[in-house]
Amino acid sequence: MKIAVCLKQVPSTDSRIKPGADGVSVDLSGVEWVVNPFDEYALEEALRLKEKRGGEVVVLSIGGDRIEEAMRTALALGADRAVVLKDAGFFRADALTVSAALAALVKRESPDVVFCGKQAVDNDEMAVPAMLAERLDWPQATVVVKLEIAEDGKTARADREVEGGREEIEIALPAVIAAQKGLNEPRYANLKGIMGAKKKTIEVISPADLGLSPPAATVTVLAIEQPSQARKNRMIQGDAARQAEELVRVLHEEEKLI
Amino acid sequence: MALKVLAIVEHRGGEVRKSSLEALTLAHRLAGEAGGTMAAVVAGKGVSGLVAVAAGRGAASVYTADHEMLALYSTEGYAAAAARAARKSGADVIVLSATAQGKDLGPRLAARLGYAYLADVVDARVEGGKLLVSRPEYAGKALLKLAAPMSKLVVAARPNVFPSGAAGSGSPETVSVDVSDVSPRAKVLRFVTSAQETVDVAEADVIVAGGRGLKGPEHFPLLLALAQALGAGVGASRAVVDAGWIDHEHQVGQTGKTVSPTLYVACGVSGAIQHLAGMRTSKCIVAINKDPEAPIFKVADYGVVGDLFEILPRLTEAVKKVKGGG
Repeated sequence: MKIAVCLKQVPSTDSRIKPGADGVSVDLSGVEWVVNPFDEYALEEALRLKEKRGGEVVVLSIGGDRIEEAMRTALALGADRAVVLKDAGFFRADALTVSAALAALVKRESPDVVFCGKQAVDNDEMAVPAMLAERLDWPQATVVVKLEIAEDGKTARADREVEGGREEIEIALPAVIAAQKGLNEPRYANLKGIMGAKKKTIEVISPADLGLSPPAATVTVLAIEQPSQARKNRMIQGDAARQAEELVRVLHEEEKLI
Repeated sequence: MALKVLAIVEHRGGEVRKSSLEALTLAHRLAGEAGGTMAAVVAGKGVSGLVAVAAGRGAASVYTADHEMLALYSTEGYAAAAARAARKSGADVIVLSATAQGKDLGPRLAARLGYAYLADVVDARVEGGKLLVSRPEYAGKALLKLAAPMSKLVVAARPNVFPSGAAGSGSPETVSVDVSDVSPRAKVLRFVTSAQETVDVAEADVIVAGGRGLKGPEHFPLLLALAQALGAGVGASRAVVDAGWIDHEHQVGQTGKTVSPTLYVACGVSGAIQHLAGMRTSKCIVAINKDPEAPIFKVADYGVVGDLFEILPRLTEAVKKVKGGG
């Protein structure tokens, strides 16, 4: 099978996020750039599928200056090659634009299945996988926690996490599968993988190579704020029995929450 | 031309979901602020009874796609129904709720129509011909204020944030939407209810969350007992999910769920930055931890320094007493 994985480079979840001096962007100086955590599950699922069925795993990404680092990580884990649209404008573009560019990357490869993380932990929109599926005119399964691809590679069974339970779906391939945490346990890179990654290719292409015109945003950012909420910071004193009673009294009588 | 807003009605078990009532109310308010009109679309099987609900929230016309194929949710079936209703009604702005279904449908619909998609909106109003919205990024570490044109827009409203209220109960114009030519390539075979007998954490109005302070999975019943007494959902820190003490669907934080309940009770949760990101907008936060220096106390309204194993059972009893009494 030919398997594609869409991967985004994001600030690590340990990063402190603060507004930049311009007030309309996030100050990303000093953050650690990592592979989007949900994309790790997507890549792992792709690697397992290749190990089982044979074929090729190609990583697709849109990124800025440091994107090669993320690609090397994916190659060290076992991906065969990477194709990157390197362009700061597209890296920062909205989901509508990003999905169009990814669709162009996918069409260039014609894979049998595309894996994505369910969302990127920077923008948190959960929009690109579904938009990509629409642009390819493929079905989608988002927030997938379990996946089985049929022997003939034509269909798959997937469990999707929804409120209060799971939806079991049957989906025709090719399709876009968006991975949720729990789908698998991603591997770590070993030394052999890291050394081997150096010999693998990262193809860097430009928007012009894909026939894309520069992104034009319709939505403008007015401000980025750091949410802060005044808290009471009231400590409840006494022994355990007294603390429990006082807490419940406060929540019941003063806050009227229980 | 007057602005046209279309709300997507989400339902389960024959009832419009609470979060969808919020989206309907928001759509009606935005239409009002822009001097426009509001319509709604209902897709499903045997959904004619929901037309009145949409009308009761201010929809002047209701588009219904009633078909066997729509009996269970499918992205393609519901996207076809919504996109066709949007085209028929000439919708400038589409509003839906950012539920599991809304987050699956919204972006697909937006891409089909070529509309911009605003995910997880927590504030929205019309001003100077623009739609001004706020939405969190980085799981709430940053709040974006955005200005969008009042056209070609899909707005996904975060559940539990916007009010819901009745707005007239006129008899709406009903328009049927034909989807008989659509055959989804992804189909729901069945729905499996979660094994946990508690409210889903994403929908819960009260959340009791456990962290490493619980010391092991065998102590989660202490937490569950308090959750049950409070009628609460059960949340968890990344540490305990990664340790396998509880399923990932309970994880609150940047790689879990972002929640905003009225009451969040953090039990033995230290308050790592990525956990705080997921729950910091809760209306009232209670922290119980044996370490008085734990970062969770900085975001807490009420702090209890002490031993979870002594406090939790007493708290559960005290809650039961208060609830029982009234």
